Amino acid sequence: MSGHSTYQPQSKILQWLEKRLPIGGLMYSSFVSYPTPRNLNYWWTFGGILSLMFGVQIITGIVLAMHYTPHVDMAFNSVEGIMRDVNYGWLLRYLHANGASMFFLAAYVHMFRGMYYGSYKEPREVLWILGVILLLLMIATGFMGYVLVWGQMSFWAATVITNLFSAIPGIGEGIVTWLWGGYAVGNPTLNRFYSLHYLLPFVIAGVVVLHVWALHVVGQNNPTGVEPKSDKDTVPFTPYATIKDGFLMVVFCILLAWFVFYIPNFLGHADNYIPADPAVTPAEIVPEWYYLPFYAILRSIPNKLFGVIALFASIAILAFMPWLDTSKVRSARYRPMYRQFFWLFVVSCIGLGWLGSKPPEGIYVILSRLFTIYYFGFFLVVLPLLGIFEKTKPLPNSISESVLGAKGAKA
Amino acid sequence: MWATCAAAIAGLHSHGKGANKTPPMRRPALPWTAANRSAPPCGTSQVPGSSRGRKDSQPEERAQDVTTVSSAQHSRRDFLYIATGAVGAVGVAATLVPLVSQMNPDASTVAAGAPVEIDLSPIADGQIIKVFWRSKPIFIFHRSQKEIEAAKNVDVASLPDPETDAARTMPGHEQWLVVIGICTHLGCIPLAHQGEYGGWFCPCHGSVYDTAGRIRQGPAPKNLFLPPYAFLSDTKIRIG
Repeated sequence: MSGHSTYQPQSKILQWLEKRLPIGGLMYSSFVSYPTPRNLNYWWTFGGILSLMFGVQIITGIVLAMHYTPHVDMAFNSVEGIMRDVNYGWLLRYLHANGASMFFLAAYVHMFRGMYYGSYKEPREVLWILGVILLLLMIATGFMGYVLVWGQMSFWAATVITNLFSAIPGIGEGIVTWLWGGYAVGNPTLNRFYSLHYLLPFVIAGVVVLHVWALHVVGQNNPTGVEPKSDKDTVPFTPYATIKDGFLMVVFCILLAWFVFYIPNFLGHADNYIPADPAVTPAEIVPEWYYLPFYAILRSIPNKLFGVIALFASIAILAFMPWLDTSKVRSARYRPMYRQFFWLFVVSCIGLGWLGSKPPEGIYVILSRLFTIYYFGFFLVVLPLLGIFEKTKPLPNSISESVLGAKGAKA
Repeated sequence: MWATCAAAIAGLHSHGKGANKTPPMRRPALPWTAANRSAPPCGTSQVPGSSRGRKDSQPEERAQDVTTVSSAQHSRRDFLYIATGAVGAVGVAATLVPLVSQMNPDASTVAAGAPVEIDLSPIADGQIIKVFWRSKPIFIFHRSQKEIEAAKNVDVASLPDPETDAARTMPGHEQWLVVIGICTHLGCIPLAHQGEYGGWFCPCHGSVYDTAGRIRQGPAPKNLFLPPYAFLSDTKIRIG
């Protein structure tokens, strides 16, 4: 923040509070007067959408927790009780389940925006890394939430994912037993997943505060990648960004509502409506759609340990993007070669997602391996080399010049 | 009135004198907060014309659009604020309804609270049994002749909560007392056949009830409450 806020509360009570705890001033300088680049497009609204979805998940989650029983004999029935008996229980459950999908959708769009416009580059490295941490927390939270339903998919996903840790040489088996609290996934596992599923969102909340703080210190990136140079380049957050965010939040809510009210089980797996049976593994174990790309990467490596390493590496490598990318130019708008590789990357992510839902046989395995090679190649080969070899387009002198044209910026 | 309304809806504002004039670098003023503002500082190309997002390259012209909305006149912007606020308020209310409603007893609890039928024939003369209805204990007292007389031979006016025995039993079924077994003081379950009035004694704070379930001594303010019940036959009642 640069200097004191210009916030002057008009009522005596607010002035009294401001002297003692300047929260009004903080809110004002962060979300009302905060200078926002004037050329932000709708891809910048997904941060706000993520905050909205986060709120939805917490509220529906807390309310669902009033009716859920985290015991292996009663968990599945308690969820069905929510669906059938609790007033509006069906709505709360579908909002929470589809809300999780929408939360991940918004997160992926938000990340792709960052990758395209170079929002991870200096001075936003910490902001980006906090984002990667948030992604990891979201993945853990979503996984544990899904287990709570205690359907067939819940149980076997818990078994498969906790068994990943057995790949660690030596201590692996011990770690898995420690995670389970028993000799297999069972009641102790379910209970501790419930506790952690309630906890992690509040950890996420804390990291979100850090994420927004890191953002406000360096300021937002913008589609040109050129930092604001004067007052002409920015507008106050309220009303401009507020309304733009608000508008797309409403559109996003329509998308969420479409799923919740018309196709609430479309994104789910039918097998999770079968109560968990530790003696019978379903014919195909598939995670929810938002984990499919990582699942495909895991399965494409024929070695158990390296498959697990590849899985975690596929997320961890994101954190190194600020240093892997050697280009001095931020935004892909002015990087024609990078743009092509980027869209290929998006295609490979979607392709990996689709392949993750297929049985690991024949052509699917070959394609998964190809896409996995491209995925890692993008980070480890393309990003470093492009900085050296790419001929970038000339950048505009300033944001206002790119928005208003050279004549308007001078006025 | 409209302008202040709109301002309130629009959120935080600082109306201190000079607070919104040319601030330090990177904090542009909000030209639309105060009515009757003159043109924004020269040279800064600010807000486009009211509610029209044109990208004009003539800032002077644009500045004219923004200025001087008299507070006496209702502007389109005020209307938009109030309309948005109203729809937002409806949205908030609609969101709250399911969140509040889900805490009410759910369908299975309500179903479990349906009326129960009790067979009275196994209850001996002078015996008190306890059954549950809607999670509440219900005392069913098969009173002997002596106990009925003890309940009737009372100066009703002297009771802490005056009520006749007839008001607490059904005509033709005087020997049956059906009361909710929760002390009207703070909710403990009184102990049967105790206390000097032949009824109940509550061990929590010492309330004493008689053979009609009326409070006689102790801190309880009211007689034991009656649940809704009806006789299906001489030996069967339905509670609830």
